[in-house]
Amino acid sequence: MSESVTLEIPPSVDDLQQAMASQHYIAGRGLAVSTYLALRLQRPLFLEGEPGVGKTEVAKVLASTLETELIRLQCYEGLDISHAVYEWNYPRQILEIRLLESAHALDPRAAERELFTDTFLIKRPLLRAIEQTRERPPVLLIDEIDRADEEFEGYLLELLSDFQITIPELGTIRAVQPPVVVITSNRTREVHDALKRRCVYCWIDYPSVETERRIIAARQPGVSERLAEQVAAFVHELRAAELYKTAGVSETLDWAAALVALDRDELDAATIEETLGILLKNQEDMQAVRGERIQAMLNRALARGAGG
Amino acid sequence: MNLAFNILRFGRMLRAAGLDIHHGRLVDALRALEWVNVGSRTDVAATLRSLLVHERDEIVRFDRAFDLFFKAHRPPAPGLPLFSLGERPRVVAQPAAGVPVQTEFEDIHAGPSSATRAVGAWSAASVSRTKDFGEFTERELESARALLEHFPWRLGRRRTRRWQRASSGAPDLRPMLRRTVMTGDLIDLPRRARREAPRPIVLLGDVSGSMERYSRILAHFVYGLAQSATRVEVFLFATRLTRVTRHLMTRRGDAALARLAREVQDWGGGTRIGEALRAFNTHWARRVIRNGPVVLIVSDGWDRGDPVILSQELGRVRRSCRRLIWLNPLLGAADYQPLTRGMQAALRHVDDFLPAHNLVSLEQLADHLRALPARTQPFAWRARHRSAPWS
Repeated sequence: MSESVTLEIPPSVDDLQQAMASQHYIAGRGLAVSTYLALRLQRPLFLEGEPGVGKTEVAKVLASTLETELIRLQCYEGLDISHAVYEWNYPRQILEIRLLESAHALDPRAAERELFTDTFLIKRPLLRAIEQTRERPPVLLIDEIDRADEEFEGYLLELLSDFQITIPELGTIRAVQPPVVVITSNRTREVHDALKRRCVYCWIDYPSVETERRIIAARQPGVSERLAEQVAAFVHELRAAELYKTAGVSETLDWAAALVALDRDELDAATIEETLGILLKNQEDMQAVRGERIQAMLNRALARGAGG
Repeated sequence: MNLAFNILRFGRMLRAAGLDIHHGRLVDALRALEWVNVGSRTDVAATLRSLLVHERDEIVRFDRAFDLFFKAHRPPAPGLPLFSLGERPRVVAQPAAGVPVQTEFEDIHAGPSSATRAVGAWSAASVSRTKDFGEFTERELESARALLEHFPWRLGRRRTRRWQRASSGAPDLRPMLRRTVMTGDLIDLPRRARREAPRPIVLLGDVSGSMERYSRILAHFVYGLAQSATRVEVFLFATRLTRVTRHLMTRRGDAALARLAREVQDWGGGTRIGEALRAFNTHWARRVIRNGPVVLIVSDGWDRGDPVILSQELGRVRRSCRRLIWLNPLLGAADYQPLTRGMQAALRHVDDFLPAHNLVSLEQLADHLRALPARTQPFAWRARHRSAPWS
């Protein structure tokens, strides 16, 4: 164990926003304020928004801004203690028993003491985030909590209130300094109010055309200014259309990269048709916009650029 | 100007606008304001929003209230038209004077005991089991309401991804190891299996003009369903789609129904089933279609919309659920043929096409939901129903 150092939190919202921008993350003012408050008030940051608006990225950028480790827990239905917190390494334990047996040294009481030690413990993300083996508290990302079930939410609620984990065979492990917690949700279901109430809440919307252009410029430096502008404007038009699943910012970035790979520096309907699969991931949606609608959207997008 | 005082006032205003604001959160908000530039309106708004709002749907309401409060630069006058913000309060007003409020307690003693309310025990009630709902008198509707509220709905089960101890299944390593250590040997292997849970239900109810005769019984039916242990999501539609799930999550049936009626402003009016389903698919399906639900559509199929859209959207619903069941009250009539364009378009996609016109048909539905056979093939109307089993 090493001396623990407190995290260096940027002194103001502006500083945090700039620090994130230097990591190529363009945060809107609302998000910057929420993130800053989560750090200052030591509350979990609860990020909700459509898929692909950069929720997960916030945690990554935060970890590198604070120069600390990122620990990620991906949620799924049925996520339980043995996958989220800890598990005993059963095969190794059984092997150990066999070894003791063959040496005729198996004393049940002693064996129990020996078998349930750190050596046989598999640490999962939540336990790793709590135990203090590093200099600074880490950033703990609990990703897509809406995929986990209510039972897990209940457990998390308990963990977030006292930052301690009890392992019956070992005792209670308590965080010396609580980790910075970022929780994301795609809102495929409502997360319980009690959990949200402990957090600093932020809904991340799709960015404005101008912000998205800046995001493209920051993330995909190879994209020309003109193309970035057109891409942002076109995606904006696309999002206005009634689709089952529209394009997120991550799709925009993939698309911009694809256009560069294809050596395009401006948009035309044929290119959009060819690369539409990067933006839309749904057959019905693709059929709905193909042809004239693409041309119409492109015209509107280009007019926006020309108009101002 | 006293900041704390203003925050408290603002909190009260938000509550009046229907937001669920806790006192503890107001204290948090005050603490948080120490960290940001209170001279910046944007930052103050973002701070208060981060701490006082935790629901996307509340953001618009919050922002409007914030504008109103801080633009005025003074506390709002009493009687400020908060409701002109376009929102209704979350708390439902007291029932109008003169309307007798029936408590749950009275209700229990008024009707038959819950034991006799089981399936097949309808005889205890003064309702005909075979009479069409559309011809029910006020009295019969009341009796049916009491019955449906406690109808023992049980849903087919799905396997979750959680484990539990079981007598057969995969070996459970954790207890196995403990026993090995303690006894040195294993006589019977501890085992575990996936836990099961009832399937969730998503119900889409048609409340347009042609369904008006059935709308009250539909409300009772839906409410009864929501009272079962199963997770139920409910939407009502006529020309547009409204989610009413939240309104059913109360123990007071009467209040829930009152809310229901208010929420669906377009109770009555023409039907556009295809458009309603499209709205469902675009805005809600991703959030409410989870864990292999059963989707129930209650409608007579009278549709003024485009049958092509209906067919397309219904196909999509079918592909995303475990079973798609269409309940049609008209199917009870002996001479009914599903000839409307809407119904014709729909039949290609549904797994089951069942009547829902009297209590017997609901009992049959209950049995069907309990068994819930696996899906085999798309519903083939002519092949399966040439002999029209209900006539």
